[in-house]
Amino acid sequence: MDKDLAIKIEHISKCYRIGMKEQMHDSMASAMMDFLRSPIRNFRNYRSLYQFDHADPDNAADSTDVIWALNDVSFDVKKGQVIGIIGGNGAGKSTILKILSKITDPTRGRAEIRGRVSSLLEVGTGFHPDLTGRENVYLNATILGMKKKEVDRKFDDIVDFSGVEKFIDTPVKRYSSGMKVRLAFSVAAHLEPEILIVDEVLSVGDADFQKKSLSKMENIGQEGRTVLFVSHSMSAVSRLCDRAILLGQGKVVADGPADQVVSAYMNASSGTSAARVWSDPGKAPGGSVVRLRAVRVRTEDGEISETFDIRYPIRLEMEYDVMRPGSVLLPHFNVLNSQGQCAFTTLDQDLQWRGRTRPVGRYVSTAWIPGNLLAEGMFYVSCYCLTLNPDTRQFGERSAIAFLVSDGLDGDSARGDYAKQLYGVVRPLLRWTTQFSPNAEEPVAGAAEHDPLIGRTS
Amino acid sequence: MNDSPVPITVIRPRTGWQILDLVELKDYRDLFYFLVWRDIKVLYAQTVLGLAWAILNPLTQIAVFSIVFGKVAKIPTDGIPYALFTTVAIIPWTYMSEAMTLSSQSLVTGQQMLGKIYFPRLLFPLTGVLSKLVDFCISLVILLGFLIYYRVTPTWNLLYLPLFMLMMVAIPAGAGMWLSAMAIRFRDVKHAMPFVVKMLIYLAPIVYSASKIPEKYRMLYSLNPVVGVIEGYRACILGTAMPWQYILPGMITTVLLVVGGALYFKKMERVFADVI
Repeated sequence: MDKDLAIKIEHISKCYRIGMKEQMHDSMASAMMDFLRSPIRNFRNYRSLYQFDHADPDNAADSTDVIWALNDVSFDVKKGQVIGIIGGNGAGKSTILKILSKITDPTRGRAEIRGRVSSLLEVGTGFHPDLTGRENVYLNATILGMKKKEVDRKFDDIVDFSGVEKFIDTPVKRYSSGMKVRLAFSVAAHLEPEILIVDEVLSVGDADFQKKSLSKMENIGQEGRTVLFVSHSMSAVSRLCDRAILLGQGKVVADGPADQVVSAYMNASSGTSAARVWSDPGKAPGGSVVRLRAVRVRTEDGEISETFDIRYPIRLEMEYDVMRPGSVLLPHFNVLNSQGQCAFTTLDQDLQWRGRTRPVGRYVSTAWIPGNLLAEGMFYVSCYCLTLNPDTRQFGERSAIAFLVSDGLDGDSARGDYAKQLYGVVRPLLRWTTQFSPNAEEPVAGAAEHDPLIGRTS
Repeated sequence: MNDSPVPITVIRPRTGWQILDLVELKDYRDLFYFLVWRDIKVLYAQTVLGLAWAILNPLTQIAVFSIVFGKVAKIPTDGIPYALFTTVAIIPWTYMSEAMTLSSQSLVTGQQMLGKIYFPRLLFPLTGVLSKLVDFCISLVILLGFLIYYRVTPTWNLLYLPLFMLMMVAIPAGAGMWLSAMAIRFRDVKHAMPFVVKMLIYLAPIVYSASKIPEKYRMLYSLNPVVGVIEGYRACILGTAMPWQYILPGMITTVLLVVGGALYFKKMERVFADVI
């Protein structure tokens, strides 16, 4: 195995036998007979739950109750890489983590791991309600693979980080669920493995906790550790990972830079992508006056993209044909976030065409969204066009395109160095000033002002 | 990075029989310690009497047996006072039956952990076997009380006691490995255990004396390792002659039980997480 590889996965397949079907009976007699025979049948069934020697992934029809959770999956992970594994339900994400964590054996194939592994498929594994916080820290930490000495050394840090010092000798069953999660996460955060395997732990706990764990993951990534993590949060994956692997029905569907794989996944799952083109004018939205031909989202440089850095401008573009002259048009966009909240509606501002009737021809109208305006997350763009006097809607296409805004932790976006949850549909970078006086009685001296938009202190 | 060798883990399908990975078990001894300790702490959590239950349980049984079998049925005990005769047997028996029951259910009760984290699965059945030793040690107080009351003087036979204590721990450990691995697939084990334990009490010389067993069945009878432990305890503590004819067959069974249990457990181990 290569020295700079952390994980090497070769042709891993995993087969599960899902429970057995219950038989239906149409007569009392057959039900009775079956009841008498059931011990033998049950024995055979339960015994066969783990026998897959004859199962064949390429011939799925050979048995109806066999499921190939993973089917010939191969990939390598380089040392220090942070990899996100994404995919829909039942895609095999958790199974691959379970195999790498040695919880279950693969049915076929082989994997090799170089380095000390910690796997975190759950926060607070082994926590017992009757034990005190202190006892649970020791128990949970040793379950996660720490030695007692190591826990002794880190104990104070763990408790500090959790913020439950006052209750550390209280049984955990008296804790609020938030405290429990904080303590459990705090233990996990103090693991120091070379390779960290994390399942959807980001989905437990409140938003605050999720951000805390995200920023902790970020640190782990920066320390040069290898991280493999499963998440449903696409913005987390595109922010934290160098690379993402998309699994679908047990196979690797896409493997590459996180942004690209995330957008490929979003296209496949939501059906909305960064561009939508109606090549057949007969099927395009619109009527005899105007027809919509395409909607696209582009970067500042004109490239069609699904993911955007929060700091840079985004171009929304609609392409339409005017087929009958003499109308005044008002194209506009409506931008919604993933919760369906409307961020804004923007109307055509181009003075060249305001109030003017338009001749027949092809038009491309572009709305420029400045950088540092939208918050991070998914946005869905609806595209409309009105003719004025009288106001008539010519076309309207809801959620025509979608794009993802991600907010890195580079420090020069509106989040600065703050890694936790920020609320709101928009996240503008505002000018802030601070006035300071060491003595509250005295009048405030001349305030130093920092303008983030021009980046200088006056 | 540091100079220590990078551990390499190879993951592949395991087939057939596996041998115990003792090095790995040693690596996880801290966890083993905390698991045992958790069991002990949790067992009597939120009880009024706490550890006194470890005395009350066997004491009640001793009282009942002494009245029913000693006073009413008048079972002969080779001249030993009945209460003393049965106490020497009930103390190790209580430990063995409780440890076996706890151990046989260990994987089923620990299934939440089983699916979420890896550590040597063997720790599950072994934890119960060790944690129950605390109860055993406490219940020795009862035995001590009876020994003082009946003025029993220790003999050199007492030097054999560690051997029988080892056997007493090995039996539930072996049975626990078999039964827990079976219970994860067949929950019938849970329903069969109370019944089996009740039957076993009469298949060992707990309420009666082994000398009442006909000569021709003695070999068969002694294959039950519990017989060896009980007879051994009696001889060690009460100073009667060592009945090796009852003990040796049981020792062989014990070794087979432990070795077979370990092999079976390792063979089944790889499917635990899949069938829970």
